Amino acid sequence: MAAEGKSIDALSQFELGTVLGPFGASVNFTQSNLHMVIVAGLILALLHYGMRARALVPGRLQSLAETSYEFIHNMVTEQIGDAGKRYFPFVFTLFMFVLFGNMLGLFPYAFTFTSHIAVTFALAAMVFVLITVVALMLHGKKFFGYFFPEGAPLWLAPIIVPVEIISYLSRPISLSIRLFANMVAGHVMLKVFATFIVMLAGLGVAGPFLSLLPLTINVALVGFEVLVAFLQAYVFAILTCIYLHDAVHLH
Amino acid sequence: MSKQDGFDKRLNEARARQGLDRAAGNAGPPGGSWGVGYRAGVEVFSALVVGVVVGLLLDRWLGTWPWLFLLMFVMGSAAGVLNVFRLFKPRGMKRD
Repeated sequence: MAAEGKSIDALSQFELGTVLGPFGASVNFTQSNLHMVIVAGLILALLHYGMRARALVPGRLQSLAETSYEFIHNMVTEQIGDAGKRYFPFVFTLFMFVLFGNMLGLFPYAFTFTSHIAVTFALAAMVFVLITVVALMLHGKKFFGYFFPEGAPLWLAPIIVPVEIISYLSRPISLSIRLFANMVAGHVMLKVFATFIVMLAGLGVAGPFLSLLPLTINVALVGFEVLVAFLQAYVFAILTCIYLHDAVHLH
Repeated sequence: MSKQDGFDKRLNEARARQGLDRAAGNAGPPGGSWGVGYRAGVEVFSALVVGVVVGLLLDRWLGTWPWLFLLMFVMGSAAGVLNVFRLFKPRGMKRD
């Protein structure tokens, strides 16, 4: 896959292919879907086995499960307020799914499903539909007042209303592009420097020593990617909370 | 249970001793200056995308190419600037 001949092939890692032989091929079950199932299984396993002990002084797994639970619980109540508790399951699921997807993608041979705009946009569209439905359910027609701030001169309405509507519609786009672009950029960089290692290593006597340079960079990049993987899941979750806050309080 | 034996108090004291509780108050978007610039770029770009797509669809529907496209392009840029303004607006300022 990498460094065949003298070219750098950084994008083939995002190609989809079916897995599970003829069964997968007949229903288009790709490695992206497979990794989503794995991620869902990992999250369930973490919460199930982590919380099975129910110890007062938690062990490692229980600590991890409790920390992630409380992290999102605090985020939801801080951002939305007490009324936000009922959206906690949604935000928690979203956060864990994105976080585990990002992290799993860093393992060798694993596929990063969050590096596909189709996946991230589907998640963002879900958030968008939810915030719109919540706002409409809680506020009815008053929701449309959201697009025109009180106290603005009426003759400005033809400008303000379309701009506000576009700004509102751009939420799922920016939400999905941010996650997708971060993951793609990170994985492309990893792949490019990994290819440099292989290419430089074949450069005669000095090659193996020269290839230490991109190897160093890649080690640092992997650490950086772990940070980005967490940060992007966090940003995704907190923006969902902020949008839900807007939907619940309309301000 | 935890209230009776003062567990919370002792836990908080121990956390403070170890410096585990970071001082709150780092508001604003996380990610450093690159992250902030990147987020602002994404906001502008996505607003432009929405503006252009809405303009193209309206043009196709009403047959007014290219006027609504141009209008919505400008509107999209305005929405992008609005998004960036909201991004840097200090938290707690009322939405206006």
